[in-house]
Amino acid sequence: MAEHVRVKSMMPPGHVRTPCYLRGKSGTIERRLGEFANPERAAYRLEKEMQPLVRVRFTMVEIWGKNAENPDDTLDAEIYAHWLEKVD
Amino acid sequence: MPHDHHDDDFHHSGMSPSGHPYREDDDRPLTYWQTMEIAMRELLVEKGVLTPEEIARQIDEMDSREPANGAAVVARAWTDPDFKARLLKDASDASREMGFDIGPLRLIAIENTADTHNIIVCTLCSCYPRNLLGLPPDWYKSRAYRSRVVKEPRKVLAEFGVTLPENTTVRVHDSTADMRYIVLPRRPDGTDGWSADKLAELVTRDSMIGVGLAKSPV
Repeated sequence: MAEHVRVKSMMPPGHVRTPCYLRGKSGTIERRLGEFANPERAAYRLEKEMQPLVRVRFTMVEIWGKNAENPDDTLDAEIYAHWLEKVD
Repeated sequence: MPHDHHDDDFHHSGMSPSGHPYREDDDRPLTYWQTMEIAMRELLVEKGVLTPEEIARQIDEMDSREPANGAAVVARAWTDPDFKARLLKDASDASREMGFDIGPLRLIAIENTADTHNIIVCTLCSCYPRNLLGLPPDWYKSRAYRSRVVKEPRKVLAEFGVTLPENTTVRVHDSTADMRYIVLPRRPDGTDGWSADKLAELVTRDSMIGVGLAKSPV
């Protein structure tokens, strides 16, 4: 059973490793990669905070809507857990 | 002698004897980032953190990494099913197993199949598996490639000379965080019984990024 997640559509300032074009978009977890030091804090030498990192698979139609080149093609990206919310 | 030409008559005119403009010398002032790099490097040396020899050695090591390393990994996967299984499970370990010193690189191998084609990009910067494949091509870092390939990968592929059937699924991989990627291209037809060394010659850098296919045997 695929786990559905949505990338939060927040726009925090500073060093962010979640591309704008994926914010607010929903996908399924392709694989879990384990825990990594959150680069958004590490960039400012803040204390080492570990975050689960997952690969999320989006369909092109989810990302680009009717402008998708081919709706069923996919895009995978690594997203940190604090950027994700569950979708039922 | 090739350099013993007498161009005094025309070298102020801005044109070569054959009528082409001279290329401007690359002697512009340093950019901000070039100055910062020099300052940082000299501070590290001055404070005894690194020696100039260590810096030169690291540059040599990076220069010695080349797409042939990745090609050897791909060819081994084509000829050794157990290795391929290990590669798809943990590409970092599998590369180290072949003796490549890839440092802390965390690598994911993704396999092209009859119905799936994979392609790699880093939209946020220029993440690339440098520790295995060496330096990325300039176009990989260009804004045009990074912004277009996530939106119109088939069009970009066509510009690289790769046209895929409609029913092939294209999977774009945006290397946004800690992982780096290598595409395992499909083994070309007509290579039955080939050795891994011979097969490796068919594996191009572009095929491991996913904008190309492995070469067909001639």
